[in-house]
Amino acid sequence: MKRKAAERNPHDNGHWKGQWTYGRPSVGSKVFDIINVLFMVFMMVITLYPFLYVLFASLSNPLKLYSHTGLLLHPLGFSFKGYQYVLNYRSIWTGYLVTLFLASVGTGCTLIASLLFAFVLSKKDSMLHSFFTFAAVFTMYFSGGMIPTYLIVNDLGLIDSLWSLILPGLISTYYVIILRTAIMGVPKEMTESAELDGANELIILVRILIPLIVPTIAAISLFIVVGYWNSWTNALLYIRDSSKQPLQMVLRQILVNNDMSAAAGTGASNRSGEDSATRMLLKYATIIVSVLPIICVYPFLQKYFTKGVMIGALKG
Amino acid sequence: MTRKTTIPRRGFRDRVARDMKRYWLIYLIGFLCLSYYIIFCYLPMGGIVIAFKNFRAARGIWGSSWASPWYKYFDQFFNGYYFWRLLRNTLLINGLDLLFGFPAPIILALLLNELRSNAFKRTVQTITYLPHFISMVVVCGIILDFFSSSGVINQIIESLGGRKVLFMQDASFFRPLYVGTGIWQGVGYGSIIYLSALGGVDAELYDAAAIDGCNRFGRVIHVTIPGILPTVIIMLILRVGSMLNLGFEKIILLYNETIYETADVISSFVYRYGLQQGNYSYATAVGLFNSLFNFILLIGVNALSRRLSDVSLW
Repeated sequence: MKRKAAERNPHDNGHWKGQWTYGRPSVGSKVFDIINVLFMVFMMVITLYPFLYVLFASLSNPLKLYSHTGLLLHPLGFSFKGYQYVLNYRSIWTGYLVTLFLASVGTGCTLIASLLFAFVLSKKDSMLHSFFTFAAVFTMYFSGGMIPTYLIVNDLGLIDSLWSLILPGLISTYYVIILRTAIMGVPKEMTESAELDGANELIILVRILIPLIVPTIAAISLFIVVGYWNSWTNALLYIRDSSKQPLQMVLRQILVNNDMSAAAGTGASNRSGEDSATRMLLKYATIIVSVLPIICVYPFLQKYFTKGVMIGALKG
Repeated sequence: MTRKTTIPRRGFRDRVARDMKRYWLIYLIGFLCLSYYIIFCYLPMGGIVIAFKNFRAARGIWGSSWASPWYKYFDQFFNGYYFWRLLRNTLLINGLDLLFGFPAPIILALLLNELRSNAFKRTVQTITYLPHFISMVVVCGIILDFFSSSGVINQIIESLGGRKVLFMQDASFFRPLYVGTGIWQGVGYGSIIYLSALGGVDAELYDAAAIDGCNRFGRVIHVTIPGILPTVIIMLILRVGSMLNLGFEKIILLYNETIYETADVISSFVYRYGLQQGNYSYATAVGLFNSLFNFILLIGVNALSRRLSDVSLW
C-alpha cells in the first residue's frame, strides 16, 4: 500500500504524507512537533528501560544489588555470578532443550501442515472449497474450551508427551489464511503450463508456488518460531513431568512462583541476605538468557511485521 | 459478440465426478488437514456435552450419566457465589482494556505519522514493537518484580518520601496494572496495522484539504481519521469478538488469592475449578457460557457494524 502511494507521487520519495507541510508551518505546528518528538523519546525510554534494568541487574554484584535502592543506570560492580547460577541450574537447560525441540520440530510441522491446508483453500473453484474454508474459519470464533480439549488430549494419551505441546495447536487458521492469500496472489500463468504438462498438484506446489512465496513463508515461520518459544499454556495444561517442561514453564516457576528449589550449586549460604541476593540475581540472569534468542531473531522479524499483521487478508 | 452457452448443462453427479477427478489429490490433503480440526477443534466442541452430564473420568464422556435437571451445572454457576464477581471482573477488565488499550495504538500511529524524520520514526517503531515478542511469562515476571513490596517502584516511592504500596496484594491495583502494562506491551505492535492503513490514504485528499484551508490538525481530523476508519472498525469487531477470551495467560501469571476479588475472571476460574480441582462438568458449563457469550457478542457487533458502516467481517 505504501508503494502505491509513492508511485502516485513522484515527489514523495518514501516520506509519509501526513508530514507534508503546505506553506510555512505555523507556531502551533512547530510546538506540536517538539512535543511529539519528546513524547516519542519518552515512549522509547519506558519501553526499553525495564529491559535495561534487568540487564544491568543481571550483571551486578549480588550483595551490592541487594542493598541498592532506586533505578540502575549501569551494573553495580561487574560480575557474571548470575549467569554462573543459571549455568548450574539444570531445569533451565532441560527447558531450553524442550523449547528448542518445539521451535524446530514444532515449527516444521506447523509450517508444513498450514502450507498444505492453505494450498487446499486456494483452490477456489473446487466444490469442497467453501466446506473446508468454513470448517477452518469457524474454529477461530468458537471453541470447545479448555476442559473438553484437555479430555481429548488425555484420551489420546498425549499427557506428558511433548506432542501435546505441538498437536493441539498444529494448524493456525490465521497463518493458513495469510498463506492462502499469498498463494492466490501468484498469477495463474505461472502454474498453467505445468498443469497442461500434467504435473500433479503437489509438484506444482513444491516446484512453482513455494519458491514464489518464500518471503511470506519466511515471515510466517519466524512468527511460528517466536510463538513456540514463548508458549507455555499447553505445557501448563498437559505436562506434569518436570523434566519435560519447556523453558517458559521453568521461567514461570522461577519468576512467578519464586520457586528456585531446583537451583544447585548456587553457593547460597544460610545467611538470608546473601540467599535472597542470589535469588534476585538468578531471576534477572534467567530473564536475559531466555530473551536473548528473541532479541537475536528480532532484526530478521522486523522486515516482516506488516505481513504478520496482514489482517486485511482475513476478509473474504 | 453474442454470448453463447457452449458448455451444455450437466447434472450434479457429473459435476461431482469431474470435480473429484480433477481435485482428488487436493481433497486427500484437505481431509488430512481437516482431521486436525476434527480431532482438536470439533471433537472438543462435541465434548461440551459433559456440561450436561455428571462426568466421571472412569466412565468416559459417553458413559457418564446425564445431569438432572440438564441445566444443573449452569444453575449452580448462575446462582453460585462467584457468578457476579466473575462476570463483573471479566467484563470490567476487558472493558477497560478496550477503552484504553484499543485507542492507544491508533493514537501512537497518528503521532508516528506526524514525525518529520523517517529515521527517527523507524527507531521509535523498532523499539516500541519489541515487548510484543517478549514472552508473557517474562513480562509478568518483570511486572511482579518491579511492583513487589521491595521492588524498584516501591524503592522509588520510598526514596521520594512515600509509603510502600502493596501493588500485588491490593485488589484495587490489579485492573490499572493489567491495562497499563498491556498498553506498554502492545501499543507499538498494535500500531503497525494502522500505519499501513495510513499509507493507503489517498495523497490527493491531503492536497485538496490543504487548498480548502485545512490546517495540520484539520487534515488529521478530516482526511487521516476517515481514511483509516474501516481498519479501525474491523479491528474493533475482532477485539470485541474475542473479548472474553483474552487475558487468561496474563491473569493466571499475575494474580494471587488475595486479589481474586478483582482479578479472577471466567477463564482463570475454569482452569482452577476444572483442571486443578477436577470439577470437569461444572467448569465446562462455565466455559460454554463464556464461549457462547463471546460468540454472540461477535455476531452482534459484526451485524451492527454492517448496518451502520458497511464494514463487516462477513
